[in-house]
Amino acid sequence: MVPRSEIPAIALEVRDLRMRYGTRDVLSGVTFTAERGEVLALLGPNGAGKTTTIEILEGFRARSAGAVSVLGTDPARGNEAWRARLGVVLQSWRDHKFWRVRELLAYLARFYAPFATADVARPWEVDELIGVVGLAMSAHARIGTLSGGERRRLDVAIGIVGRPEIVFLDEPTAGFDPHARRDFHDLVHRLSDLENTTILMTTHDLDEAEKIADRILVLDEGRIIAAGSADELARDLTTPAEVRWTCGGRRHVHAVREGDPTTFVRDLLSQNPDVTELEVRRASLEDSYMALVRRAQLRQFASGGEPGAPAANSPEVQA
Amino acid sequence: MSATAVRDPRWAAVRAGLYCGWIETRQAYTQPASLLFYLTVRVMYAVALVWMRGKTVPGTHFALGAMVLPSLLGMSIAFGGLAGPATAIAYDREDGTLLRAKATPNGMLGYLIGKIMKFALTTLIGIFLMVIPGIIVADDLVFDARTWLMLALIFVAGMMSTVPIALALGALMKSTVQSMMVILAVVLLIAPSGIFYPLTALPPWMQWVGQAFPLYWVGLGARSAMLPAQMAGAEIGASWRSVQTFSVLGLWAVIGMLLAPTLLRRMARRQSGSALAKVRERVMSKGY
Repeated sequence: MVPRSEIPAIALEVRDLRMRYGTRDVLSGVTFTAERGEVLALLGPNGAGKTTTIEILEGFRARSAGAVSVLGTDPARGNEAWRARLGVVLQSWRDHKFWRVRELLAYLARFYAPFATADVARPWEVDELIGVVGLAMSAHARIGTLSGGERRRLDVAIGIVGRPEIVFLDEPTAGFDPHARRDFHDLVHRLSDLENTTILMTTHDLDEAEKIADRILVLDEGRIIAAGSADELARDLTTPAEVRWTCGGRRHVHAVREGDPTTFVRDLLSQNPDVTELEVRRASLEDSYMALVRRAQLRQFASGGEPGAPAANSPEVQA
Repeated sequence: MSATAVRDPRWAAVRAGLYCGWIETRQAYTQPASLLFYLTVRVMYAVALVWMRGKTVPGTHFALGAMVLPSLLGMSIAFGGLAGPATAIAYDREDGTLLRAKATPNGMLGYLIGKIMKFALTTLIGIFLMVIPGIIVADDLVFDARTWLMLALIFVAGMMSTVPIALALGALMKSTVQSMMVILAVVLLIAPSGIFYPLTALPPWMQWVGQAFPLYWVGLGARSAMLPAQMAGAEIGASWRSVQTFSVLGLWAVIGMLLAPTLLRRMARRQSGSALAKVRERVMSKGY
């Protein structure tokens, strides 16, 4: 829709990112890149370090070590012109409640007008934007009277009012009903397809990450343990396949740790003609991810609270 | 919104801030709850003035109400400049308004301009509303060119000596509950401020406390603007002490402007989504 020739092909580059509180690393060796127009989901259980990562990229938090570049700029040194090219969708909750929807968008839009370029018309035309996020009926409603879903749509509208080149969303669909969730997914696709906007969102919902993202990064204990499309993750994350069979009245179990269990099954059948009750089972991506989440919960439980969060300066609290 | 000729980002932020101040002023006078608050205070002042009708300043034939009205006006300026900003900043931090400003290019500049504009406008409207009950005692007051000039100067000096320091104090407070302590302190300071009771009748140590803060001086300035010259006799040193008034207010303005940017920046640096989520958890579990 808008040619954005001045933007480099790589919108986001993170190399060996480390975040340390006291003696504990909440992020270590986090490395990934995002291309222009790509939708990336940062998936992980609570306490994995998702919010910390996204806050470092937004320039709201200083990192301990590593190289980070957002639209070619280190967020720790980003100026206001850099900020104007960024969209941040906050997990807000009750700010500006006496304002009307259109008033607040028109107010925030004013800040972006001087940052318009020949290629990027800034800000977004307010009434058009209100239509895009589906708030036309509530344009003149007081923000305090919006429903939870409407409020989130407003938050998204505020995040993109400056026509950002990259948008950060932290748990954008928390508290959405399925319908609102689908509308939101449509909006994300529209942004990435039509506007060529790069999108990084955090979620702890695998299903959502699969639906929305071009690529998923799985974060656990401050490390990226798997990355790729949903199919690639399924290969990386899943447990060994289990082959079970009965032979001579006895039940056998064998775990195939490497590769395809087909070879093992073919050999098994050719060598033992009286094999019955053959079963090949492989944990689904969902099973593997749920195992990860359960492990994180156990850790949390064992450490008696938030996962390793230093009491005074908790790195991540998720609602 | 059209991308008109605004090319300078900081100027765009200042203009956005003025727009914000105007919208929030309108809200203050159209929201039932806050309108009730603003009107209640004015009605209380009016009742006090009506009640004082026929009474005179002890030992003189001067209407007591005429003596109190300028003092109330001064108090409105100082209270409006202190209480509003100190609590607003704590509220805005806890509800995410400040984080929103931080995520917007030059958003903090727009936010500060908006707040200053809002408190200046609401205080100004409050002052004009006080003129209405003031008609009761207008015969004893002086209204000439000097009155208006002096009132304008006192208004500007009063806002400058209170808003920055109040923003700085608000930035120091960790929660809305703590920021209420600032209001409490301001209310306590009204006692030795010469507004309801002449400072000369208080023990010397209270006179010193009163004279250390802007409240007394804004009231004194307002009295000097609206009362006949002979009434200066009731003040400390039998003088309006205009030089001292502007010196003390100027000093508070300088202290405020030195402290406010540093403390606001420090507070803004600590704003993040996770800090906000922590506040939300606290509010959800404790209710405040």
